[in-house]
Amino acid sequence: MKLTGAQILCESLLKEGVDTIFGYPGGQVLPLYHTLTQYPKLRHILVRHEQGAVHAADAYARVTGRIGVCLATSGPGATNLITGLANAYIDSVPMVAVTGQVPRAMIGRDAFQEADITGITIPITKHNYLVMDIGDLARTVKEAFYIAGTGRPGPVLIDLPRDIQQEVTEFHYPARVTLPGYKPTLAGNPLQIKKAAKLLAEAKKPVLIAGHGVRISGAYLELKHLAEALQLPVITTLLGISAFPESHELSFGMMGMHGSAYANMAVTGCDLIIAVGMRFDDRATGKIAAFAPHAKVIHVDIDPAEIGKNVKVDVPIVGDVKAVLVELNKEIAAKRHDDWLAQIRDWKQQFPSGFEIRESSTILPQYVIRKIWETTKGDATVVTGVGQHQMFAAQHFFYDKPNSFITSGGLGTMGFELPAAFGAQTGLPGQTVWCIAGDGSFQMTVQELGTIRQENAPVKIAIINNGYLGMVRQWQELFYERNYSATPLWCPDFVGISQAYSIPAECVTQKTEVVPAIERAMAAQGPYIINFVVEPEENVYPMVPPGAGIDQILHEPGKEAS
Amino acid sequence: MASNKHTIVALVADRPGVLNRMASLFRRRGFNIDSIAVGHSETPHLSRMTIVAEGSDTQVEQIRKQVEKIVDVIRVQDISGLNIVSRELALIKVKSTPETRSEIMQIVDIFRAKIVDVSADSLMVEATGDEEKVDSLYNLLKSFGIKEISRTGRIAMARGDQGGRRDEGDV
Ligand SMILES: Cc1ncc(C[n+]2csc(CCOP(=O)(O)OP(=O)(O)O)c2C)c(N)n1
Repeated sequence: MKLTGAQILCESLLKEGVDTIFGYPGGQVLPLYHTLTQYPKLRHILVRHEQGAVHAADAYARVTGRIGVCLATSGPGATNLITGLANAYIDSVPMVAVTGQVPRAMIGRDAFQEADITGITIPITKHNYLVMDIGDLARTVKEAFYIAGTGRPGPVLIDLPRDIQQEVTEFHYPARVTLPGYKPTLAGNPLQIKKAAKLLAEAKKPVLIAGHGVRISGAYLELKHLAEALQLPVITTLLGISAFPESHELSFGMMGMHGSAYANMAVTGCDLIIAVGMRFDDRATGKIAAFAPHAKVIHVDIDPAEIGKNVKVDVPIVGDVKAVLVELNKEIAAKRHDDWLAQIRDWKQQFPSGFEIRESSTILPQYVIRKIWETTKGDATVVTGVGQHQMFAAQHFFYDKPNSFITSGGLGTMGFELPAAFGAQTGLPGQTVWCIAGDGSFQMTVQELGTIRQENAPVKIAIINNGYLGMVRQWQELFYERNYSATPLWCPDFVGISQAYSIPAECVTQKTEVVPAIERAMAAQGPYIINFVVEPEENVYPMVPPGAGIDQILHEPGKEAS
Repeated sequence: MASNKHTIVALVADRPGVLNRMASLFRRRGFNIDSIAVGHSETPHLSRMTIVAEGSDTQVEQIRKQVEKIVDVIRVQDISGLNIVSRELALIKVKSTPETRSEIMQIVDIFRAKIVDVSADSLMVEATGDEEKVDSLYNLLKSFGIKEISRTGRIAMARGDQGGRRDEGDV
């Protein structure tokens, strides 16, 4: 049967199991939008800005484990995807972005709304395509999904000229992909796995660091088995949060710039690190020269280029985390490290790390997060923006549910939270999604309230309103003599904004109202917004100053070790 | 961290934008490309690229791994440690007068280079060889006055069977 390019794209998306597309129309994707109405199985969600589409697709992919799909027109539509593509790329999120392009004959002539989007996105996509022949279209879609979802996942962009959307040809969806240059390694090398098991058997003070890769490969049980069998203290990166239940006795929270003191001290003092699906980001490691000076390193990662990139590795294991852990678990024998665990627990006693919340008459941001945790009993997926509220959400909500913490880790994209919370809710209908927003971060994509309203997505939104670009203000306070340059932030009446979007909302200024407000939000059928007016100059502690070793910890004043 | 020149050879799919992808990767990762040369390989639709870049062994290993991640790259190898043949082509237009012409021709001869064009006041010399040879010739010709020079950058190949296998992937 002969189909148009637009139909071929839709048929191909169906073959890939796509049911949801986040997008925004425009001249160069009109044929595609015209065709979409023939495909009711492809639910198209109209966002308010293309950045909203790409973040929504990103979070949808993170919570479902499927490939997120977004759609934009050429030129300004396509360039509005940039931040979100970079975000998905650095956080390894599987995504296919389709952009319209001016007709082939116009390419290269600075036509109206032409942008060289494949050229622009080379460094921030796993791969990209400009389709110049309708005969290549079906194969391109097949390849794009394969590349996006396999190996180290990432975004793939398909740029589709308008005339190809209208052209007609026979539709054949290829059964296989032939990509001689692309062969992800899934199974770990057995010899290396044996070596790792040997090092683990010899170690006196080992730590297990769990990263995003554990979540991506769904290796929760395998990780737990390894940790329990060898009695390894488990420490996570920011994106590793919710890879391992935080109520577990072997869980020692997050490491890094705002990680717990005891996690950082354990990593610094250990004699062996087994790093699983993490990439030694500088926010996690601190100054590399001071990082885990006594430790041998086993590094499991699907991306060979991650191994040895930032720290020296003794046993590299390239492979899918789950596949590697299954094999590694066969090689190990049960073991205990009671003294070492006692030592870390002792550090935990000495350095409470500010995780108990100080008495205050005002509302502290930590208090809000803690109460959301208590009130939801932890049964929520938490999506954050970027800033202090993000770190408080990492520290004061305790994640037991696998894959329940969604945040922009690598790029640190302000404005991620609202569209991402919507995307997560779309992927998790019937489940509770809490969006923890900063007053600054929220205002970067506030227009997505329109999408949330139109789709009636029951996202619960907590704005942590401190009247500042808080995280930057904190750095100014600590490292720039309190010179608050450009960080005080005028905020609109968030309740008024919510009303304008017909979303119920309230403003909370009294501590006694925090819990009742959270309960009202949870009882509401649809979306709900709470503007929590919090202590303006609260800081995130503990903190490792930029450029220092992760054991050079700044504690909250008055909370230094006793 | 000893920094030295590395020769990286990549077999790549002959698709639009591959050179751009490669160059973009080097730039993004903060690597300086000394030279890059591309041409058809023995297989249709595949090109071979020779890239010369400077860096410590670990840096170059990292860049090699990153290059390997490019979907259009079929195979990549740092052949610096191997026994290799490397060549560069240069065209050098040197000023000449009736008095200097025979001296220039002698030098060109010694280097087994060729005169490929003659005009009233210049000679065009074609030279091939490794970089050092082309450099030495250039240095000698400099005293006569160089009007123009164009160099290709290095292409290289490992001797004998050291180059690694071909494998066609199919998934
Ligand atoms: C798009 C973008 N621009 C700028 C920054 C730099 N930045 C990091 S945190 C921050 C402040 C965030 O303020 P807010 O959203 O109010 O959150 P808070 O820190 O107060 O919780 C800024 C400006 C960023 N991360 N992303």
